[in-house]
Amino acid sequence: MIGVISYLVFFATVAAILGIAVLGLNLQWGNTGLFNGGVVASFGAGAYGTLILGGTPQEGHLGGFELFYPLALLGGMAFSGVLAWVVGKLTLRLRHDYLAIATFGVAVAFENVMRNATSVTGGAQGIRGFERPLRDFLGSGFAYNLVFLIAVVVVLAGVYVFLERLTVSPFGRLLRAIREDETAARSLGKAPDKLRLTAFVTGSVIIGLAGGLYSTFYAFVSPQDVLPILTFQIWAMLIVGGAGNNKGAMAGAFLIWGAWTFSGWALSRFAPIEAQLYTGSIQFVLIGMVIVGMLLWRPQGLFPERLVVSQPGGGSREKTQAEGLT
Amino acid sequence: MIQHLVDGILVGSFLSLGAIGLTMAMHILRFANFSHAELLSIGAYCALVFDKVFESLLPVLAEKIGPLSMTGALAISIVLSMAVTGLSAVLIDRFVFQRVRQKGEELSMVFASFGMALIIRNVIGLIFGLSGELYSSDIAFAMVLSRDPMLLVKPDQVFVLIAALVLMVLLHLILSRTTFGFSLRAVAENPNLAQVHGVNLKRMIAAVWIIGGGLGAVAGIFYGLSYQITPVMGRDLVLPIFAATIVGGIGSVYGAVLGGFIVGIASNMALVVLPSGYSPSVPFLMILAVLLVRPNGLFGEARV
Repeated sequence: MIGVISYLVFFATVAAILGIAVLGLNLQWGNTGLFNGGVVASFGAGAYGTLILGGTPQEGHLGGFELFYPLALLGGMAFSGVLAWVVGKLTLRLRHDYLAIATFGVAVAFENVMRNATSVTGGAQGIRGFERPLRDFLGSGFAYNLVFLIAVVVVLAGVYVFLERLTVSPFGRLLRAIREDETAARSLGKAPDKLRLTAFVTGSVIIGLAGGLYSTFYAFVSPQDVLPILTFQIWAMLIVGGAGNNKGAMAGAFLIWGAWTFSGWALSRFAPIEAQLYTGSIQFVLIGMVIVGMLLWRPQGLFPERLVVSQPGGGSREKTQAEGLT
Repeated sequence: MIQHLVDGILVGSFLSLGAIGLTMAMHILRFANFSHAELLSIGAYCALVFDKVFESLLPVLAEKIGPLSMTGALAISIVLSMAVTGLSAVLIDRFVFQRVRQKGEELSMVFASFGMALIIRNVIGLIFGLSGELYSSDIAFAMVLSRDPMLLVKPDQVFVLIAALVLMVLLHLILSRTTFGFSLRAVAENPNLAQVHGVNLKRMIAAVWIIGGGLGAVAGIFYGLSYQITPVMGRDLVLPIFAATIVGGIGSVYGAVLGGFIVGIASNMALVVLPSGYSPSVPFLMILAVLLVRPNGLFGEARV
């Protein structure tokens, strides 16, 4: 029984961390209409940044600054933000394909550099020697994992509240305005390029936060954690949940992570031995089918965006739009 | 140094072929198609299947042509594979992209193309296995063109370069000399106006996919002749091909040709200064450099 509960705690922790990343992506894509093909680069920047800044000194790679944990996490998020700023600055004023290609390129290059720059990132071995915060106090057993889960859920809730506030704020309204009709927004004297860059960087910093929590949870990160499949998983979560809807995004994270974990377990349990080598391929096909299938048959996701119609003089009226907003 | 330059030109020849189709589809359908490189895999594996079939049916065809490792069977397979790959591209568009296009916006198309890439790549892996395949298991000996500086070229590589150039000239003639070519360019410039003039948009879109798929198939096969065919070749080629379209300017066929050679040469020359492990990052650096210096590429026009 305790085994099941401790597994559920573990599962919920990873799902909640991914939920934070999905919320960050939702700000970029759902609210602003920006494509991020390199979710994994933002995630990885946060993960690597946190461990390098917060870890103990190690032979063979950079790190061991032993910063106070919250500072290390902030550093990871900042690293992620800087990376996003560089890419966004170069591409956001061009047509949208450029952002798609450049963000995808960042992810490829990021994984490549993490794997090869052994003196900085530990190469294929990854980064070790990180002391999880409060470990002396809580030990490393079930109690620690439970407290960690609670902390992650609190962060998730905090990010959710922040984004909900942001969405109904004038800034959020502006983001939707440029998503829907950039020319109209421009004619009202708004600066779409600048707004888009702010939204893109903010979203990436949130994804970086998720990455930092992820590497803290495992106290380890390696190039295996920043493979492109993570980007696809996080997209599938948002597509299934419904782009534009923060609650849907979080629900999507738990659904897809559950489906992914379950399919992995079922394949390893029931697939014949000679097919075991191919379980990864089967799972990748499934993720691809979820993405394409949702876009074909239910592009608004399971929980469609609720459009908020702002009215002058307070009081807003809500309506649900079923079609055409993804 | 010279060796890297020559290798780069040879790599450039198949990158260009891949980039031509990608830039045309991006121009006419206005979305970045991340599954384009999977057409190269489809083409390469199609040719592999046809090659094996012909070799077993007609042993005469298993003879090698001159100094090449290529056989008559493979030559026929290339043509058939072009047709099949072009047709698959049309079918993928009909069943997936067209329907997403009608429902959503450009962004959904990009996501859908990633999803398709994931499906195609892994289905190929499931069918053909995850290890690499070769068209011919014989060792192709390189010709020594010069000893100082050392310069080695395989006969296959010379054939690949010449065949790629011939295909490009053919495409140029079609685009610049035929009514079909004019219609295609008109659609790319202004789809509505072209339709007013009686150009059938649907047919033109299908034509773009057939050209893109056909050239992509050749690119994939040439890649297979130079290295080996693997299910993940699309994953490894997608960034260099995109880099080629950006260097050349999205939408420009001539830009794609030039961009392919530039990216091919630069990736190989980079090996002079960078450890070889970093070569997958080079296309990304080129994209960044082009965006900094000349955001619309060599031949591209600004368009929102």
